[in-house]
Amino acid sequence: MATPTAVIGAKSKPVSGRLRGADEVAWAVTFLFALLILAVTIWLVYELWSASSPSREKFGFGFLTSRLWNPVTDEFGALPYIYGTVLTSFLALLISVPLGVGAAVYLSELAPPKLSNALTFLVELLAAVPSVIFGLIAIFTLIPLMRTVIGPALKSALGWTPFFTGPVFGVGYLTAGIILAIMTFPFIISVSREALMSVPREQREAALALGATKWESTYQIVVPFARLGIFGSIFLGLARALGETMAVTMVIGNSPTIKASLLASGHTIAAVIASEFTEATGKIYTAALVELGLVLFVLTMTINGLAQLLILITTKKGSGKA
Amino acid sequence: MRKLFAVSLAGTVAAMLIPAASAQKINGAGATFPAPIYSKWFGEFKAAHGGTEINYQALGSGAGIKQLTEGTVDFGASDVPMTDAQMALMKVKALHFPTVLGGIVLIYNVPGVTAKLKLTGETVAGIYLGEIAKWNDAKIAADNAGVKLPSTDILVVRRSESSGTTFVFTDYLAKVSPAWKSKIGASASVTWPAGIGQAKNDGVAGMVKQTPGAIGYVELGYAVENKIPYADLKNAAGKFVTASFDSVTAAAANSKDLAPDFRGSITNAPGAGTYPISTYTWLLIPTRIPDAAKKKALVDFLDWMLGPGQKDAQPLYYAPLPKKIVDLEKKQIGEVK
Repeated sequence: MATPTAVIGAKSKPVSGRLRGADEVAWAVTFLFALLILAVTIWLVYELWSASSPSREKFGFGFLTSRLWNPVTDEFGALPYIYGTVLTSFLALLISVPLGVGAAVYLSELAPPKLSNALTFLVELLAAVPSVIFGLIAIFTLIPLMRTVIGPALKSALGWTPFFTGPVFGVGYLTAGIILAIMTFPFIISVSREALMSVPREQREAALALGATKWESTYQIVVPFARLGIFGSIFLGLARALGETMAVTMVIGNSPTIKASLLASGHTIAAVIASEFTEATGKIYTAALVELGLVLFVLTMTINGLAQLLILITTKKGSGKA
Repeated sequence: MRKLFAVSLAGTVAAMLIPAASAQKINGAGATFPAPIYSKWFGEFKAAHGGTEINYQALGSGAGIKQLTEGTVDFGASDVPMTDAQMALMKVKALHFPTVLGGIVLIYNVPGVTAKLKLTGETVAGIYLGEIAKWNDAKIAADNAGVKLPSTDILVVRRSESSGTTFVFTDYLAKVSPAWKSKIGASASVTWPAGIGQAKNDGVAGMVKQTPGAIGYVELGYAVENKIPYADLKNAAGKFVTASFDSVTAAAANSKDLAPDFRGSITNAPGAGTYPISTYTWLLIPTRIPDAAKKKALVDFLDWMLGPGQKDAQPLYYAPLPKKIVDLEKKQIGEVK
């Protein structure tokens, strides 16, 4: 690529000049676009910060630790929503990471190419399904299933732990976690698969040549090599789980309470903003909802930051070993 | 339900498609509950009155009040009357015009019970406070002699979002139950002590329909269209009454709590034939409309709505206004200047 340009440049100066001009325009335009993203983010934070000021002034940091959410007396606290958001996202990843990464390994390493392509197409189709559809599916199939089969089974097997107690109505943290898992899982599969496929052939061949079995080569060479991409896919899934609104609000029960039982109903930040904002009246109430948005923003940033840190640490450790 | 939805959807889409800046164009925003009949009314009114276009956006009662206060719309609509504090924020005072009436019913799914259940206000408050947790509770059984009630857990279902329906329901509970009044209060969204929240009337109706042991509150139309049984309620006169167009209209006719500006609540109204959880829904019209053409169009609409418009109510599951209220409102139209 460099050589032809140099040749053209040597032969005729005007062409090269024009090219450089175009390059600069392209540089400026793309730089502007990149800057725009940054500006939108800063503007977003500014708006969230300024619009939430009545609530921040009234409640201070107590907003983060209060469990009370009472529009009648204008007292608001975010803790039940933070708890619900983190818990449902955690449950979602707990289910979707092993399933998703496992499926991606199968699709990229073990499946016959035709099958792999067909399944990948279906998985990508799943990623494009709007979340409200998942919510509807949950209402008509998952909730009854949780109420009649899964819930009672969990209760009878694990009812001695605090996590599976109380009446089973089919809605709650676990149901939300499962629906989020189904929603995050196509992202994890499709991005992880790409990462695994992009591992150079030589890596596999070298492992096999050294006498590794297919499984050893996959597990010890290919997966660690694609680790960054796999982590990336998990964050993508996590981001979707943290911010998901429609499907969650349809199945979580929308109660701003904190319960240890996964079968109990809860609430999430995104869900409460969506359900209460349009009809919120009064300065403090509206500001409290905006502040919840700010909390979600910070929460997402923090979790992503921690995740990046995790990558940094594990990558260093990995490369040290190799 | 599907019809209601289709009508309201059509209205919303139409409102979005109509281009800005035509001669006689009036904009309004507000409550979602009356949106189906408003779409129908505005369509019919346009046909009958030389193309006066009224656009209505069903954004919710809170948004309707907010937009009217900010002056971004010509009129608002709400399921909840404006508070004095909200009125004080307005540069131009707004008048409340009741348009139609709605009834809120308690739907239930009790396994094995085919008879119509009877509930008192205190019992409903007890259920929603979480104090009555089983269907065979003595308090429910006391009003339902001869009905074999199961020991199923009660699942309380309520609205997850703020809503005018919730306001009317909690307003009623606060009137009949001192415990509800002191612990919870009346508002478009409250801190619910029990149960699960579902979005909109269809969400509540759907959850009750599919969950054995569930109870929920929805507008009458949703219970009728989805064929879900709903309870008879004991009214202020001590009679158990079934929600119907007549018993809801009776609540407005018999209510003594009606302030001269129509902001009063008509829940728990007296009268033997009165259904106790009834409500108006209001149009909020500014007292001063500088644009003469707009003013005339709105006044014409109010006149028309109070006359022939009322016939559209029942097919869309709203109860029409009683004559007494119509006459009072016609007087109030004169205050729009």
